[in-house]
Amino acid sequence: MKNLEDLEKKINSELNTKINNTEIKHNQIYIEIDKDDIIDVALFLKTNQDSKFRQLIDITAVDYPENNQRFELVYLFLSHEFNQRLIVKYSIAENEFVTSLTSIFPSANWMEREVFDMYGVSFKDHPDLRRILTDYGFEGHPLRKDFPLTGHSEVRYSEDQKKVINEPVKLEQNYRNFDYESPWEGTKYIKEEIENNDKKN
Amino acid sequence: MTKKIKNLNLNFGPQHPAAHGVLRLILELDGEVVEKADPHIGLLHRGTEKLIENKTYMQAVPYFDRLDYVAPMNQEHAFALAVEKILKIDVPIRAQYIRVIFCEIGRILSHILNVTTQALDVGALTPSLWGFEERETLMTFYERASGSRLHANYFRAGGVHQDLPKGLEEDIAKFCETFPKIINDLESLLTDNRIFKQRNVDIGVVTKEDALDYSFSGVMIRGSGVPWDLRKSQPYDCYESLDFKIPVGKNGDCYDRYLCRIEEMKESVSIIKQCLAKMEKGPIKSLDGKISPPPKAEIKQSMEALIHHFKLFTEGYRVPKDEIYTAVEAPKGEFGVYLISDGSSKPYKCKIRAPGFSHLQSMDYLIKGHMLADVPAVLGSLDIVFGEVDR
Repeated sequence: MKNLEDLEKKINSELNTKINNTEIKHNQIYIEIDKDDIIDVALFLKTNQDSKFRQLIDITAVDYPENNQRFELVYLFLSHEFNQRLIVKYSIAENEFVTSLTSIFPSANWMEREVFDMYGVSFKDHPDLRRILTDYGFEGHPLRKDFPLTGHSEVRYSEDQKKVINEPVKLEQNYRNFDYESPWEGTKYIKEEIENNDKKN
Repeated sequence: MTKKIKNLNLNFGPQHPAAHGVLRLILELDGEVVEKADPHIGLLHRGTEKLIENKTYMQAVPYFDRLDYVAPMNQEHAFALAVEKILKIDVPIRAQYIRVIFCEIGRILSHILNVTTQALDVGALTPSLWGFEERETLMTFYERASGSRLHANYFRAGGVHQDLPKGLEEDIAKFCETFPKIINDLESLLTDNRIFKQRNVDIGVVTKEDALDYSFSGVMIRGSGVPWDLRKSQPYDCYESLDFKIPVGKNGDCYDRYLCRIEEMKESVSIIKQCLAKMEKGPIKSLDGKISPPPKAEIKQSMEALIHHFKLFTEGYRVPKDEIYTAVEAPKGEFGVYLISDGSSKPYKCKIRAPGFSHLQSMDYLIKGHMLADVPAVLGSLDIVFGEVDR
């Protein structure tokens, strides 16, 4: 469908039991669903004549360590036909499995491997779930918020052993994270005045 | 007498000149025919996304130069656009033209490198010698505008870092006059060259359907006959006001992709010419003091400017809580940034969508059944740069 609002309505009516929330912002549709419905939703989006989201642009996850459902998985779709972008999201807990999309979109293969590598989210029915970006024998999942920026181990060539070895990170100086954010954000009455002026203009 | 024959496993790379970087490709060969290809990537993984989460928005820009390092400013563009859309700021028109000029220069840089090194992979040495001379000229344009040949760090949310120096516009205009002749020279070496054609025609054919299924973008999808270019379909900055054509291939083989790239370079020259003609004097970055730093001279005079300068270079500007996916048509395809901000001055999450990642993924599909000697030809026409694949 040409119009985003129409598409939003259409998706809501066709999939109404599966959709938790929809929203249009920045000219894209954001959809929240449950984790078990991803296959159905993706299949619908890909095959329906009014949506035709033929391309899976990317899959990624977002880590919110303070939430019970720690990871939010994000799927970005693109429809060439209608020139629209759609974003599907759902939350999962740390040890939950997610269904793989490889049967519908072959390109999901590496994208899911990357999510697995970076966040430790496991995908069911994935043909080849290995690490992809990190080193052979790497431990941990780097993009989790509790993984330190400097990592745990470093690699170097040892002259004594005549081979490349892994060692715990030793830094002359630790990574320093300065907190510049001041809590002082301008006096309240000034802020209100500015907002009022903005409204008048 | 029967002899037992088993397939040969061949390690291609990580240090192989035709691997275009650090690709380790494990090939299963039946004689000289490739049965299976398993690319191992990540040898250049630097954790860009993790680093960006720990830097302010302005400090994140240089990391984008280091992704696809043959066309650095195109990547910066995607990030700048994402931040601008969340902040809801307008970019002055002169800044838009400057950004488009440098994006198109980046496109020419990338396509020259790709076309000529692919020719090198299939046995032609001269194009790369001629092409690299032109790249050098283009990189001096980069240097004169931003101070560095490769890692420009030039685009900002709200515009560009500084105005073009005197004389640069004229020199770019001169280049636009001479460069089409160089493209013709390159074409005279390659387009009708029998050897080049034998190595590229009907090699690595991608059908329309598969191009969609494998998330191809850019030249990889246009070569297969899908007229899709984000500069036209989802225009950003001033592309809407420019007149250019989108070259589309027919057969989806390596040769068509080569032709698309050559044509795209010609279009880029025309885009740069149009921008230079339309460009007028004016501001080159957002005038909002809370987002773009004040000029040095003003800091000596104005208390306000000094405070702005101090806050911008310590805390950085804050970006309201939001999320957005923005994509630009980088030389290699759709380069996107999925940005989540949480109201602080650092991104909460910044996922980088690199076109080369999905292209390389399809290596197994593309090369199955081809000869070993076709591996470099296909790899070359995928236009892989490991900075962006490994991030």
